[in-house]
Amino acid sequence: MAAYLLRRLVMTLVVVIMIMVFLGALVHVIPGDPVSLMLGPRATPALAEQVRAQMGIDNPVYVQVADFAINAVQGDLGIDFVTKTPVTELILQALPSTLTLAATALLLAALIGIPVGILSAVRPNSIADRVTGVISVALITIPPYVAGLVLLVIFAVRLNVFPTIGAGDLSDPVDYLSHLVLPVIALAVTWIGYIGRLVRASMLEVLNADYIRTARAYGIRERRIAYKFALRNAIIPTIAILGVAFGSLIGVTIFVEVIFARAGLGMLVFDAIMSRNYPVVRGGVLVIAVMVVLANLAADIAYQIADPRIRVRGGGRI
Amino acid sequence: MASVGEVAAEHRMPPSSGGALRGVRTTFAQLVRRPAGAIGLAIVVALLLLAVVPGLFAPYEPDVQSLADRLQGPSVEHLLGTDRLGRDILSRLIYGVGIALVVALPAVFAALTIGLLIGVTAAWLGGLLDSVLVIVLDALQAFPAVILALALLALLGPSLRNVIIVIAIAFIPGYARVARALVFSLKANQWVEAERALGASSLRIVVSHILPNILPSLFILMAMDIPSAIVIEAGLSFLGLGVQPPTPSWGVILADGFQSVMQSPWAIVFASIVLMISTLGFTMLGETIRDIVDPRLAGMTRRRV
Repeated sequence: MAAYLLRRLVMTLVVVIMIMVFLGALVHVIPGDPVSLMLGPRATPALAEQVRAQMGIDNPVYVQVADFAINAVQGDLGIDFVTKTPVTELILQALPSTLTLAATALLLAALIGIPVGILSAVRPNSIADRVTGVISVALITIPPYVAGLVLLVIFAVRLNVFPTIGAGDLSDPVDYLSHLVLPVIALAVTWIGYIGRLVRASMLEVLNADYIRTARAYGIRERRIAYKFALRNAIIPTIAILGVAFGSLIGVTIFVEVIFARAGLGMLVFDAIMSRNYPVVRGGVLVIAVMVVLANLAADIAYQIADPRIRVRGGGRI
Repeated sequence: MASVGEVAAEHRMPPSSGGALRGVRTTFAQLVRRPAGAIGLAIVVALLLLAVVPGLFAPYEPDVQSLADRLQGPSVEHLLGTDRLGRDILSRLIYGVGIALVVALPAVFAALTIGLLIGVTAAWLGGLLDSVLVIVLDALQAFPAVILALALLALLGPSLRNVIIVIAIAFIPGYARVARALVFSLKANQWVEAERALGASSLRIVVSHILPNILPSLFILMAMDIPSAIVIEAGLSFLGLGVQPPTPSWGVILADGFQSVMQSPWAIVFASIVLMISTLGFTMLGETIRDIVDPRLAGMTRRRV
């Protein structure tokens, strides 16, 4: 376990370094001068020169990449071109809203998906199972922006039930939560279906295992078998998928934040791309990618702890 | 779910080329017999038809504006209504089929080709190269596809060609990983050793024995990635970072609808429906083919974004 953990941590570190190198080098891989690309055709030569010096763009590429990585580790992601604010500060301001959004969506998806998956696995091929199966597959294929736009049309524009713009006022819980409803549903739909299907599949697999047959032979009631014996093992793959889900949700909040005009990490990156504010794009993407890596790491570790069998095998990746 | 390695281990013998056509025929026969497969196939064929000859079906040109008729609901003249510039939504959606496929098909095909090269090279040569490639793939996969695409588009600039490039890059690690795992498990087979003893070169073994064994799995993966690529393209175009207006990408149509959402919901409603039906069609077709060809992978629907 300790050896695996150590190896996993080292791998994570290597991946994070790779990501920083990748983002640091990205601007130089692309043909053309990044400064003129960033400032547009009407920039004065003096301004371009100033920005060049600021970015250290005339240094060799490896120096710049190393600079970016070393500064990033120390929490310095550079300076925003437009507002002259440190990028780290902008990201820290935007992060709580995005994390709340992703975490709430994940919670909603788990709260609906897990029971639905269990219920359809307990009665496989029943009408309820078939109906939830069709609905789940349909939900999985709905992209978050389609869900967001359709919710916007139905509940906000037509019915006028929920507010559509902004994140609401944090000091007023009702206002804040009502602003959260539509974006969270838009994010969660895919994962409700996906977690439902996943739980169903792993529950079915466990229910066919030998030890469940033995339990049945002992005359233990089916309900007790399903909820006491089977569920425990069936839920383990779901733990791993929750980490993946969290990472993915952070990635797609950008759509929901744009549609519902919420300030957040996705919106920050989106605006930065639009205004070619390269340091903000780079910093924002770095933070998102690192969060995805950490979410996967956390899921892996939780998975290890939850399932002793994997500990023995060492949990190697293919 | 069976791991890819286990699946590959089933194919122990080098395949004979004679059965390929018969295999395709029986697969097709099974495909149309399953409801999901038949519906999926019908939708995909219809989409291909619309993509090839949109002018035959679209009542108007996609970018003819008629400001007097803007933001109308469905009517006899405009079956699905008009957008904020008075363009016929139905016509734009029909021309959008071609845009969706022109991006998605080359993107997944390029990802397959490059991913295959990387995966096979890594697995066949092994050693340090393999370790390095695995780390690079890990790092690349740490980015959610949309974020990776956004970061690259921020630098490349938005255009149809660049959307193809970034989607391909985002999909490469998936193919490389699967190809690598499959080659690893094939490499362990005795017939590889036998081939070598008979004097076959690495290149010959890979091209004539390894590739035919792993390509079916990769093609299935590609079939299932097409709807993902369509959804990502529409998403990027919706954000204004993909295909640029007035080109009638479904994402552009959604963005137009979003701008006038308070006045008229129809562009959003119909573009969403078309997008959903199309991706469902490709998904049903891809998953049915997978269930027939590779039953051990059956049961899971892949996520899109």
